[in-house]
Amino acid sequence: MGVGIEVRGLNAWYGKNLSLKSIDMTMPANHVTAVIGPSGCGKSTFVRCLNRMHETIPEARAEGTVRVGEMDVYGSGADPVEVRRRIGMVFQKPNPFPTMSIYGNVAAGLKLNGFRNRRQMDQLVERSLRLAALWDEVKDHLHKKSGASLSGGQQQRLCIARALAVEPEVLLMDEPASALDPISTSKIEELIFQLKQHYTVVIVTHNMQQAARVAELTGFFLMGSLIEFDKTEKIFTAPADKRTEDYVTGRFG
Amino acid sequence: MRSRFQQGLDELKEKLLRMGGLAEQAIDRATEAYRSRDSKFCQLVLTGENAINEAEREIDELALDLLAMQQPMAIDLRFILAVLKINADLERVGDQAVNIAERVLDLISEDEVQLPVDIPRMADAVSTMVQRALESFLDGKAEVAEAVLQMDSIVDRMKDESFVVLVQKMHDEPSCTRQALDVLLIARNLERIADHATNIAEDVIFWVRGADVRHGGAHYRE
Repeated sequence: MGVGIEVRGLNAWYGKNLSLKSIDMTMPANHVTAVIGPSGCGKSTFVRCLNRMHETIPEARAEGTVRVGEMDVYGSGADPVEVRRRIGMVFQKPNPFPTMSIYGNVAAGLKLNGFRNRRQMDQLVERSLRLAALWDEVKDHLHKKSGASLSGGQQQRLCIARALAVEPEVLLMDEPASALDPISTSKIEELIFQLKQHYTVVIVTHNMQQAARVAELTGFFLMGSLIEFDKTEKIFTAPADKRTEDYVTGRFG
Repeated sequence: MRSRFQQGLDELKEKLLRMGGLAEQAIDRATEAYRSRDSKFCQLVLTGENAINEAEREIDELALDLLAMQQPMAIDLRFILAVLKINADLERVGDQAVNIAERVLDLISEDEVQLPVDIPRMADAVSTMVQRALESFLDGKAEVAEAVLQMDSIVDRMKDESFVVLVQKMHDEPSCTRQALDVLLIARNLERIADHATNIAEDVIFWVRGADVRHGGAHYRE
């Protein structure tokens, strides 16, 4: 099951440059939350702070409180590797391991986490591929075909399956469909809708129609600040802040 | 430079205002027909209906294209929804003007009788409501639209009063029942036009403020 995410007073820097300013945001469990805003507004930085990916960039750092369920992500006892296992991430460009088979791609995270039981691994790989709505398309050549031989949309679902295999509670998606054609995009969107039964999903997107289609809640970021965070219907029909209105109506951004 | 989308929105507004002008003209002509008992004005209303119907179709088509091609959001989405609803109301205003013109033709064919109701005064109030509702749409002024909502009850009262005196007249002088019935129907047509003006004002408030004020409430999205 997914868990809720609570962010309080989150600041993030690149060197001396403050790129996220005191963000407070509560994302409920088993919901899809979309993060929108113009390029450079801090939306990708924000999601990368949720699983401590931000600090992997040289000179980048973050401060504040991020609670994912009971876990204090920036607490002194938190292990970044464990954080990233519990908070999976899918990126804009599908990035399967090119030389590994389909099976190998999905099992990679499990193996890294020391998982050895072959029968259980088979079950987890199948479950993850089913959850990612890819099983029927690949089940006959799991070991024969490489991840790179799949289409772009299939590769992205393979990456989602890989993220799900390690049984995270939260799934972060940074523009997961922006490199895909409309049919693959709608498959990913349908998948996101299904996945929220099991996970809490946070999705960064440039595509406002996509946010409107998949997310129950939407946050609008501008110049490192969270300007407005509300039900998606409200953001796209009657936002409270003029800057949100100007952005969603395409008057800037 | 205006974007193609902005040009489309401006064109939609212009077309709706032009249609509003036709609807206002239809009310004025129908009222003048009643005042002067001149069938020429009735004919103008009847022949003018086509232009209103044609405008309705064009506006629907343009609004549909903008929705499909531009996928508008927030205030733009509310604007297009408001236009679609106002469009339907204005077309109905045109229909009501036609109904009035038909009643006036019937009145002209009968003997002229004195009836204790002031239809021109009621028509003036109704015409002002439509005019101000369109003005609120032109400038996106929710305050003007609110003033229109206030006027609706005045017109309702005028209609109720005319019903009472006309029914009494039919009772007292059965010989002028037909004329009284015509005027009673005209009063009802005018009251319906006031309802359409009220709807238009509510749609303007929805567009500008994002609030649903229909049926006496003020419902903002939560």
